[in-house]
Amino acid sequence: MSLQHYSLRVNGKLRELDAHPMARLLDVLRCELQLTGTKEGCGEGECGACSVLLNGELVNSCLVPVAQADGAEIETVEGLGSDRRLHAVQRAFLECGGAQCGMCTPGMLVASAHLLRRNLRPDLAAIREGLNGNLCRCTGYMRIFEAVERAVNSAGEDRG
Amino acid sequence: MARAGARLGQEKIVGKPVLRKEGVAKVCGMAQYIDDLTLPGMLYGATVRSSIARGRILGIEFGEGIPWDEFVIVTATDIPGENEIALINHDWPCLAAEFVNHPEEPILLLAHPDRHLLAKAVAAVRVRYEEWPAVFSIEESERRDAVVWGEDNVFKTFLMEKGDVDAVWSQADRIVEGEYATGAQEHLYIENNGAIAAYSADEGLTVWGSLQCPFYVHKSLVKMTGLPEEKVRIVQVETGGAFGGKEDYPSMIGGHAALLAMKSGMPVKVVYDRAEDMAATTKRHPSRVRHRTALTRDGKLLGAELEIALDGGAYSTLSSTVLSRATIHAGGPYYWPNIRVRSKAFATNYPPHGAFRGFGAPQSLFAIERHMDHIAEALGIAPDELRRRNLLKPGQTTTTGQVIQEDIDLDHLMGRALAESDYHAKRERFARENAGAGMKKKGIGLAAFLHGSGFTGSGERYLNSLAAMDVTAEGKARVLVSSTEFGQGTNTILCQIAAETLGIDYDAVEMGPPDTNVVPNSGPTVASRTSMVVGKLVHSAAVGLKKTLMASGLLREGYSTGEFVTAARTYVAQHGTLRSESRYEAPPGVHWDDQQYRGEAYAAYAWAVYVAEVTVDLATFAVVVDDFVAVQEVGRVLNPVLAIGQIEGGVAQGIGWALYEKVVWDGGRMQNNQMTNYIIPTSQDIPRIRVFFEERPFGHGAYGAKGIGELPMDGPAPAILNAIAHATGKQFDSVPLLPEDMFRTMAVREPEREAVAL
Repeated sequence: MSLQHYSLRVNGKLRELDAHPMARLLDVLRCELQLTGTKEGCGEGECGACSVLLNGELVNSCLVPVAQADGAEIETVEGLGSDRRLHAVQRAFLECGGAQCGMCTPGMLVASAHLLRRNLRPDLAAIREGLNGNLCRCTGYMRIFEAVERAVNSAGEDRG
Repeated sequence: MARAGARLGQEKIVGKPVLRKEGVAKVCGMAQYIDDLTLPGMLYGATVRSSIARGRILGIEFGEGIPWDEFVIVTATDIPGENEIALINHDWPCLAAEFVNHPEEPILLLAHPDRHLLAKAVAAVRVRYEEWPAVFSIEESERRDAVVWGEDNVFKTFLMEKGDVDAVWSQADRIVEGEYATGAQEHLYIENNGAIAAYSADEGLTVWGSLQCPFYVHKSLVKMTGLPEEKVRIVQVETGGAFGGKEDYPSMIGGHAALLAMKSGMPVKVVYDRAEDMAATTKRHPSRVRHRTALTRDGKLLGAELEIALDGGAYSTLSSTVLSRATIHAGGPYYWPNIRVRSKAFATNYPPHGAFRGFGAPQSLFAIERHMDHIAEALGIAPDELRRRNLLKPGQTTTTGQVIQEDIDLDHLMGRALAESDYHAKRERFARENAGAGMKKKGIGLAAFLHGSGFTGSGERYLNSLAAMDVTAEGKARVLVSSTEFGQGTNTILCQIAAETLGIDYDAVEMGPPDTNVVPNSGPTVASRTSMVVGKLVHSAAVGLKKTLMASGLLREGYSTGEFVTAARTYVAQHGTLRSESRYEAPPGVHWDDQQYRGEAYAAYAWAVYVAEVTVDLATFAVVVDDFVAVQEVGRVLNPVLAIGQIEGGVAQGIGWALYEKVVWDGGRMQNNQMTNYIIPTSQDIPRIRVFFEERPFGHGAYGAKGIGELPMDGPAPAILNAIAHATGKQFDSVPLLPEDMFRTMAVREPEREAVAL
């Protein structure tokens, strides 16, 4: 199949591109749009390193063909906050030791932000469930849970 | 502003939870890993691998429908230097030339600008073989069903002996025997292996990679390319987890990228996908350990005979040093008046097994800590009491005859672990409740262990590590080491040590680039050596830097960070550079006899007692770890958040090794090389891990630090299996222990068992 034209709103900006309809959203973000913050860990929807929000829903971008994302609102780790203005979950991960090697971190942050938008005060069980699609091999998850709990308790204005 | 002159125990930066140096980049998605980098004109490289376990290559055919003239093709004949991954021996080829010795062994390399076409091309290459017999277990290798390596399939043998073991059996009230086994474990770092290489005749070869040890790759590529040392440059980029899995293998994948780049003249990126990474790269050595122990009736260890066997896979890689660590740790944290350990690493036709956090110690500590529970049961003594009667004390000697000089109190360490876990009350309550009819049984178990910090024996002396510090043109202090960051916190703790020593703010210290053209060789980032050994070198280099600045008259006692920066900037403007180096010197009294395996095996040990609480469901045979207490003594804790993170992460990997992570092999090939089928713990599988440190500063480590990174891998598996034995009354002596493994033992009557095993 030939290249098709797609327009996506990524982190609030309209992006136009030509891609194969079955190109993975992950590759489109990383290679076409140079948003390399979103990582590939397994390529089969198991590890969650490629997690992004598609119209507000948490998805594994390695399993989403770009055709399915046409016209959609996409949010990646780069959209959560920047080094000048960290999102509450980014700051909490930094302070609590939620990021070690950093490979699961972008997906973990997107999943955490998604959880906090749906549930203003998740308890530990809800946090564990909300992050169960994101594998981490470094932390044993404890620092990540603590980070999400800290983000819950931090000021609300920068929770996105 | 931090002021100069802080004394030990009154540190302002060391011991504080300062933020991870590269943390902001990581949480913002700005950290650049190997697959995030692209060079102009870059090609992608891929690997054609052996489809058989062992045999001779008869021919290579290039199938129809692929524009082969567009491809860069590399075989072993294209290697300019030695066809070897340089480690300890000289047996591991970079590309198989005539023979293959394991499935997935690299044979041929392809490069092309189009990734998708590359995958089709790899599939279109046909390799014809003459298949030879292969061996797939320690037992087959031991029996020499086929001789697949050297003359006897043995990579390495050690004999470690203390006292007169042969004399103890006649004095023993009881003799307890046991056999214990552990399986392969995949590192499953979230970032797969990858490298980019670029070459030009003028500039030489540069390899960027996801790796632990830049100078290991450097050594290997100098040998493989035949280029002069100064024409080979290795740069570590942000590395997404390693755990030992990026100690040896980056020389392979970096070598492949280099060969393609040198042949094509174009930059080449080789990045594995998950399936290739899991199938082709190294794993933890499977093991079999046999114990025979002589005891008095009140549980005093009189002596023991141990036999350790490791499955090293097809090439020797690091097996001899893994075996060494397994051998030295085999006696656990106990006093043995007499002990003999015979150990062997065997060749098989699996992909080579390699370094993985713990490096042989988790295997032999699993055995001794399960064995101690067997002994306790045999003698009718409580497991904690049996251990208490035999724990090492200051002044006693280890299995290598090393006198314990450290001020350790293992009795206290164990007491704290038992108290924090409410061990005694639970032990009693669970036993009572388990007698009931319920299908859910509860158990609690413990493990006591030690882990040597740094390279074994004379290893640190041979490494002869060098660290340096300099200052930038802006006046910031800079740490120059080849010790790398891959999540464990190297950047942060080394900058903390430097800042503390210089008496300046943490933010005024930065890390130099992990680039072999820029930094000195401070040794590999392995063996729990970074905090203790490299940290000490950074400390000394910082002392030198400060002295130079003070002597120059630009800096006066009581300076602020701002004054330091100004002085440093002025010094550089006047003299061009300001640099201080520090080379390793062994602590006094450290002697090691490599032949007899006697002496100071490690300058220091970390010590720990872990307690696991489990529920076993007798309907599903699922095991849930309900609570986990980890008490350890790792010297001074340099950064509490990072240190706790190291322990929790190691415990999680240990839980995975014990209960979930089974590599399924067939004909030497991993069958479940997907995250879907090789299960690691998720956020819902890990209990609350409660971490406690006893801090006893070690005089020869940076600010009292000892090793920490590997320790937490050692304890969880035996603690959990001891808890399962308490819950079920059944003894399981191998890991991983999956529900189907328990089912075979517990739910199936004897005559049916063989049928189920099939």
